[in-house]
Amino acid sequence: MHPIRKQRLLFISLFMLAIALAIALALYALKQNINVFYSPSQLFTAKVSLKQTLRVGGLVEKGSVKHNTIDNQVQFTITDYHHDVIIYYTGLLPDLFREGQGIVAEGHVRANGTFQATEVLAKHDENYMPPPVAEMLAKNTESAHA
Amino acid sequence: MSLWTLWYRLTSPKDFTYVASACIPWLTVSCLLCLAYGLFASLYLAPADYQQGDAFRIIYVHVPCAFVSLLIYGALTIAALTSLVWRVKLANVFVDAAAPTGAALTLLALVTGSLWGKPMWGTWWIWDARLTSELLLLFIYCGIMALKNAFPDKRQGNVFKNTFVLIGSVNLPIIHYSVAWWNTLHQGSTFKLLGPSKIAPAMSQPLTVMLLAFCLYAALVILLNMRNAVLLECHRARWVGTWLTKRDS
Repeated sequence: MHPIRKQRLLFISLFMLAIALAIALALYALKQNINVFYSPSQLFTAKVSLKQTLRVGGLVEKGSVKHNTIDNQVQFTITDYHHDVIIYYTGLLPDLFREGQGIVAEGHVRANGTFQATEVLAKHDENYMPPPVAEMLAKNTESAHA
Repeated sequence: MSLWTLWYRLTSPKDFTYVASACIPWLTVSCLLCLAYGLFASLYLAPADYQQGDAFRIIYVHVPCAFVSLLIYGALTIAALTSLVWRVKLANVFVDAAAPTGAALTLLALVTGSLWGKPMWGTWWIWDARLTSELLLLFIYCGIMALKNAFPDKRQGNVFKNTFVLIGSVNLPIIHYSVAWWNTLHQGSTFKLLGPSKIAPAMSQPLTVMLLAFCLYAALVILLNMRNAVLLECHRARWVGTWLTKRDS
């Protein structure tokens, strides 16, 4: 390679390395702000004020969903298998909301440690399959646990 | 003839025009065939999803758009490097021709993602790492297009534009790994480089065809754009006249 081109290539490589390093450091420093929600464990250790609007995400615990038909309020627990958060929400839930489903709730922490949500979003997973396959997989995992 | 001389000949305006013109009909036919079969397979042959039902079918537009928007940026990065180090003129033509196509596909990925997000997640938009970094990609594409015309001196403009392309390429791994590095509402990667992908074969096969169709479409549009730019640039050269009369006869 021509020496001038070699020099240019070296200069550009160093330039790119510097830029990538700078951005990597910035992103690392902002890690907690880039996360779109707290997991229940992160919320447990994080210092948040009661007025702060934040999001918490996790799996809806099986058997925890309680509907109150009088004021249309829903109560459920989300978990990351280490910590749980009890969530209260009034309003319509997304179609994908069900037990075992990942959800993200926006709202604030109440004084007793529960969470008052103003919005509930469903988080679907990266698996795509036809219903018969899903049923078969569910049956297999059940028999494996039994 | 060595590989290098072949490469130098291919990047000459005249040979490029002839080779591109030979490729364009093939690209058109194969793109249309892939698109026709891909659409039929994704709308009729693929089974509905166990969670999302028929609504998941928007994946067949969303994923190809997003994938090709990243692919074009990867190609843009290589072209910018080629232009800066080796001063290959055709590399600049490629950057100018590919940026609008990349921007259009990025916009489509964002719009189809938004349309998918409303019924499934419950929101049109959330500022999570994946969505935000893809939006940033759109702004970067727009910046590249704007920088092109921001300098009175064309050579200087090209250097700035290509440097900007290189800086923007840092965003590519961020987009790809955003779902792994941070908590996001967007789900993780379905296709894994190592290990099995997380989509049933009957669903992934139409997706592969659609991916191919979008790649061919991008290649076709970029080649047409490049050929126009080259012909416009060299319109005084004698070979352009010969080429035009040959084409019209």
